[in-house]
Amino acid sequence: MIESENQDYNELIKGIWRDNPVFVQVLGMCPMLAVTNSAINAIAMGMATLFVLVGSSFLVATFKKWIPKQIRISCFIIIIATFVTVADYTLLALIPTVHKELGAFIPLIVANCMILGRQEAFASKNTVRLAVMDALGMSAGFVFALFTLGAVREILGSGSLFGVDLFGGAFEPWIIMILPPGGFLTLGLILFFFNWVTHRREIFLERVAEAERSGS
Amino acid sequence: MKQRDPELLLQHAPFLREGKTTPSVMVDVLIALVPATLAGLWYFGIGAFLVVMASILGAVLTEVAFISKQHRGESLLDGSGLLTGLLLGLTLPPALPMWMAFIGGAVAIGLGKVIWGGLGNNLFNPALVGRAFLLATFPIAMTTWTTADESFWTFRASNFDIPFTYTEIDGVTAATPLGLLKFDQEVTPLSDLFMGTTAGSIGETSGLLLILGGVYLFFRRDLDWRIPVSILVTVLIFSGILGLFDAERFPAPLFSVFSGGLLLGTIYMATDPVTSPTTPLGTWIFGIGVGLLVILIRVFGGMPEGVMYSILLMNAATPLIDRFTQPRVFGHLRGDRD
Amino acid sequence: MTEIITANRPDAEADPPPIRLIATLALAGLISGVAIVGIFEATFETIAVNKARELRAAVFKVLPGVSQMQELTYADEQLVPVTEGMSSENSIYAGYDKELNFVGYAIPGEGPGFQDTIKLLYGYIPADRKVMGMEVLESRETPGLGDKIYKDDVFVGSFRDLPIDPIIEVVKKGRGGKDNQVDAITGATISSRAVVRIINENNAKWLDNLPSPGSEPGLRVETNEVVHD
Repeated sequence: MIESENQDYNELIKGIWRDNPVFVQVLGMCPMLAVTNSAINAIAMGMATLFVLVGSSFLVATFKKWIPKQIRISCFIIIIATFVTVADYTLLALIPTVHKELGAFIPLIVANCMILGRQEAFASKNTVRLAVMDALGMSAGFVFALFTLGAVREILGSGSLFGVDLFGGAFEPWIIMILPPGGFLTLGLILFFFNWVTHRREIFLERVAEAERSGS
Repeated sequence: MKQRDPELLLQHAPFLREGKTTPSVMVDVLIALVPATLAGLWYFGIGAFLVVMASILGAVLTEVAFISKQHRGESLLDGSGLLTGLLLGLTLPPALPMWMAFIGGAVAIGLGKVIWGGLGNNLFNPALVGRAFLLATFPIAMTTWTTADESFWTFRASNFDIPFTYTEIDGVTAATPLGLLKFDQEVTPLSDLFMGTTAGSIGETSGLLLILGGVYLFFRRDLDWRIPVSILVTVLIFSGILGLFDAERFPAPLFSVFSGGLLLGTIYMATDPVTSPTTPLGTWIFGIGVGLLVILIRVFGGMPEGVMYSILLMNAATPLIDRFTQPRVFGHLRGDRD
Repeated sequence: MTEIITANRPDAEADPPPIRLIATLALAGLISGVAIVGIFEATFETIAVNKARELRAAVFKVLPGVSQMQELTYADEQLVPVTEGMSSENSIYAGYDKELNFVGYAIPGEGPGFQDTIKLLYGYIPADRKVMGMEVLESRETPGLGDKIYKDDVFVGSFRDLPIDPIIEVVKKGRGGKDNQVDAITGATISSRAVVRIINENNAKWLDNLPSPGSEPGLRVETNEVVHD
């Protein structure tokens, strides 16, 4: 019992940092770069992706025994596309202003390779419970990444966060940050930072291990 | 003397070497830039000096911060960071806030050089990377020009804006010769362009002094003459041809050469040995490409000036040009690669 | 990445007959189709109401003093109200005041901007031959520069009371002065020109075909309930 709870926790937590879909696996770059010019857009896109990923993972894990492996990709795509359409119409009906901002990128969630990747690599091989845990973790990591990028770009590019003015009007916006090049630059710098942290951590752990060895 | 050279020196032919090193070339370029820089400071005053200094500071500090300890000494001593900062400073408008110039210098070195692996590995001219970033980031501040005829000690409020703020200056703004031509169909007299008494970036206005520096570099053998010659000749011929169609609408050839940043970019940036082709044929292609793009952007594009983007675009094409203009290896047949 | 494999499919199942593949895919498609139609039906009304509300807000904004509107289009060389079943492409909107008197037209237009197509709506009063207001519905102009075509109050305001004869012109700030001239936004000349060009193009397309002032089609009573809040 403890074993399985541990595993649930592991599947949930791995997507946020260790196997983060954006910063480590570098998947889902299209929405990452396209809609992160403000924090609210980033969160909305992240939530839509979360809905699609969790829904698809649940269905794929449930029906994995009935899906022949020759046509599994087509089946995954049909399932994902259905959830994307549902998300698209729901957003359009409930929050039309956000839908207007995200525009063509909601239908493009279907082409987000992170989602198909999770079905192929995880959901189709694991129990429903683990698949949903994994999907939740990966989506959380994706939302975290989108939000980080969106927040940095909105603060520098518009001087605000969630539309709230942070600098009291005198701020000179960095216009490049809300344009596509700003997305590439920020993403590059964040990846740089992520790799640097990971690298430093490895060096640190190595030193600790060495100290232990020489100590014992 | 540190123990860097081994006692027994083993080296390949040729044994006869020029005494040219990276630092000596950098010093030559700095010397060549002195007259144009001084003229820019004279025309645009103390504010221009502050902008140039902020840009140099941004460049050099970034270099110190990001180059690893082992390479820090030689990288700083070769003077390339200083030169990048100075070149960037010369392409900036005199009324730019100092903090923007500082960020430009930092981006020029950070994104233009260090991230590629240091001097010699960068694809784009670092100073122009910094300028392109600034133009895309602060388009209004980067296209607000001031006149050249104020007293030296005029302090412009916008130079002293606290970081992350900007006050738009009213009243004292002026249009560059290219802007005047594009938006108001006014032609600036050639003598003004030649002497540098027009509005524009700090170091771009005086055609005479820029050419003087270029001649110095040519005689010091620090500059591949093919690049400036091919760019300028292309600009002359192309704008001459356009003038045949409609002399009213298109700028005159000499105006095209002396206006905007063409001379500064041609002599000091397009000739950067790292980012321009190495083969003679390649340099001709490179120069013709820059010249054509400059006129195309200036005449048909939305912006009045296009030197920066022309050079950056041809920088991007340089590896390709180099690849296709490699001379045939002796003994190999045509089309026989490797 | 480490993946835990807990459910291995037996090898015997690896090669099912083609009919089973087809059946599975068909079933998946069928279920998916039902789900999509379901969500479409469920959200259809809300989406239509949202769109209508947005359009009404825009029409009322570009035609001050208007409280009723109806969509008009050409049928048999005549401007008639759009009824159900008619294509609503190529149509304009007529605005009426509280006493149901005709006020003016709201004309939608689109054209290339600096980045992407700009879609806008502008109000036109035939009696005065004036543009009464302009509202950008969709644009992807450069943030900070081109987006001033709808964020800059001075620019948007210059389309209020703007005579359209002989043609609307864009001039550099401070260089104009004539009534039919609009000051371009500093740094966004191309976007400013695009807006004016779209209006001029649609004026050329519509104005000659509009009924003479006084003989505009009246507000249809049936449409009342649809447009009434």
